[in-house]
Amino acid sequence: MSTLIDHSDAQAQAPRSYAAYSRPFWQRVVLSREFAVVALLIAAIVYSRSQVDYFDGPQTMYYLFRDSASILLLALPMTAIIITGEIDLSVASTVGLTSVAFGMLHSDAGFSITVAALLAILIGAVCGAFNGFLVAYVGLPSIAVTIGTMALFRGIAAGLLGTESRTDFPDSWTDLAKERIFEDQPYPMILIPFVVLAIAFALLLHFSPFGRGVFEIGLNDEAAHFTGVDVARTKAMLFVLAGAVAGFVGIYTTLVTGVARAENSVGLELQVIAAVLLGGVSIFGGKGALHGVIAGVLLIGVIQRAMLLNGQTINIINIVIGVLLVLSVMSTSLLAGARHLVAASKGARTSGRTSDSAGKRSLS
Amino acid sequence: MSDTLLKPSAASPATRILKDVLRSRELAVAVVLVLLVAATTVKSDAFLFGATGWRDLLLTPSMLVLLAVGQTAVIITRNVDLSVGSTLGLTAYLTGRLFIDTGLPIIAVVLAGVLMGAVLGLVNGVLVAFGRVPALVITLGTMYIYRGIFLTWAGSDRINADDMPRDFRNLGTDSILGIPILTIVALVVLGLVGYYLRTARGGRELYAIGSDPDAAKLYGLPVTRRILFAFVLSGALAGLAGVVSAARFGTVSSSVGSGIELEAVGAAVIGGVAIFGGSGTVWGAALGAFLLVTINRSLPVLGISDFWQQAVVGLLIVGAIVLDRVLVRRQERALIAAREHGPDTPSAGPGGPPALAPIVPGGPATDETTSETSDEEAVR
Repeated sequence: MSTLIDHSDAQAQAPRSYAAYSRPFWQRVVLSREFAVVALLIAAIVYSRSQVDYFDGPQTMYYLFRDSASILLLALPMTAIIITGEIDLSVASTVGLTSVAFGMLHSDAGFSITVAALLAILIGAVCGAFNGFLVAYVGLPSIAVTIGTMALFRGIAAGLLGTESRTDFPDSWTDLAKERIFEDQPYPMILIPFVVLAIAFALLLHFSPFGRGVFEIGLNDEAAHFTGVDVARTKAMLFVLAGAVAGFVGIYTTLVTGVARAENSVGLELQVIAAVLLGGVSIFGGKGALHGVIAGVLLIGVIQRAMLLNGQTINIINIVIGVLLVLSVMSTSLLAGARHLVAASKGARTSGRTSDSAGKRSLS
Repeated sequence: MSDTLLKPSAASPATRILKDVLRSRELAVAVVLVLLVAATTVKSDAFLFGATGWRDLLLTPSMLVLLAVGQTAVIITRNVDLSVGSTLGLTAYLTGRLFIDTGLPIIAVVLAGVLMGAVLGLVNGVLVAFGRVPALVITLGTMYIYRGIFLTWAGSDRINADDMPRDFRNLGTDSILGIPILTIVALVVLGLVGYYLRTARGGRELYAIGSDPDAAKLYGLPVTRRILFAFVLSGALAGLAGVVSAARFGTVSSSVGSGIELEAVGAAVIGGVAIFGGSGTVWGAALGAFLLVTINRSLPVLGISDFWQQAVVGLLIVGAIVLDRVLVRRQERALIAAREHGPDTPSAGPGGPPALAPIVPGGPATDETTSETSDEEAVR
């Protein structure tokens, strides 16, 4: 029987990984997956500044942040959702729907732009609540539910506005979306709400009981339930947050492009998920950190901008991003395999971290 | 032992098959499809009886059927293949390129397309099976990579109808006995894969792997090899779909196949293929594909702006998985009731008579559990 189930490995593994926490704090930080992404980001920036013409120009940073803003914002709730072991494929469709709703509420229904914006965020939250209800309370797989609502929300947006668009927004608002924080600095205005939201999500995820619950659910949702975490409510809340943030992104996208239309942000959901996974969040759930994700989004942004400035086409860039994504997720299991080999050669001491590859459940 | 082993059914095979069909999820989708076609035809005769109506009804879904069949094989193993749209685009362009650059006969070009798809599927399979990483992530990556390769290769180039031989384009329009050739191709593939999944050892093992990967490994099934096979099949069928798309439309542009991967997954889900593996049939997925495509075409006829079609599709997908959940719950309750009251008093039970219980999406799920149990018992 022992050839079938390797109990010896599992038993040796538990105290070993527990002991890993006795490592000094600096080691835990430096040897983390997130730190590798941050280091990669810094390396990419340093390299691009020295090797790519115009990368350190006055406009580059501005466009880098402006183009990455939607992904940066959507990645915040997506990180938490993926850490619980779920996924949300419908965020970009929610962006499209709220963009259309925002435009129509302002232009057709005659609401003031402030009220229209608030209602748009509310509609986003309702979309998220719909996902959250089906996933958390009905117990349906989130990948299937959000494939459905991805089509549903985008479909409602297309049904409401067809191929038309709404463009009559007050200049004060569209300018605000494009302005810089300081006249002579390259930081766009969108960074202010982003930083506020990022701090809020970091506090929620990494420094609150709610956040501990999120990680616990991702590691083992039954165990989380027995330790008093309200699994369903936690998941539902995360989907509502994702919807509300998507609503905000819908308004931002509308204002920054000046157009409310159903096709806004088509395909963005996969870019968000790719960035989150690149940032070191495990698709199995239970593992990840916001600073890694933010670095992951910016890393993609820097690579895109540097390659564009270098005269590469977007197609080559997509190949690079795809390879990066595959390599980054493979690295975990390759490293685990390498550690396993090392441990095996040492004899009795077995490797500690094979939990990822032995994942308790595989999300497709 | 007698608790887990079912008594041999007294009913004849014919009655059992008839009962299975009547209770199946596939039949429900088929009924919806027929009602949809009927309602649309009542509104406008041309939808079914017009010069091109019948042909379009059969021809348009053929591409999505191929993808949905491949996707089913992958989803059954608890994986997913998001790269099929990019694979399709790449092979469609390869098809055109081969006709322009070489004098290869049509059959060789078709085979080259299928082979190309199979190779791309093999890459996915190797990464998934040996990297021990979820297919969702891997195929998300290869989706970008394959599409990037396609667009880099194609550049701003566009392949037009004149670039391809007339005989090849005729494949896209001709029909035999009123059935378009491409539809026949799709149906033959459907039949072969369906037969394989239902009866062959390898096919049954795909279900076993998806039901419980750890158990399948412990039991000694060749998990890696089977998962590789499922991805190669999905890739090869996406390659064939690429060839079909080139034949059907006569042109290949850079947007070919973008977004179709989620339609393929959607078709499978509507057809009752459980996203977490282990249950579902290609027949269901194919019906789901027919339903998705036909809705697109019939909504405008029914007087609903076709801008709403995506919303209807989304509602169908959500409805299908909610229905699955309800039926599974009902079956669970019925099974508990049957256990408590003993197998001989099946009609007692709060959750409705157990006679209704097997109306579970993808009958094979139940077949699976029983056959597996009996296998294990036999080994012991």
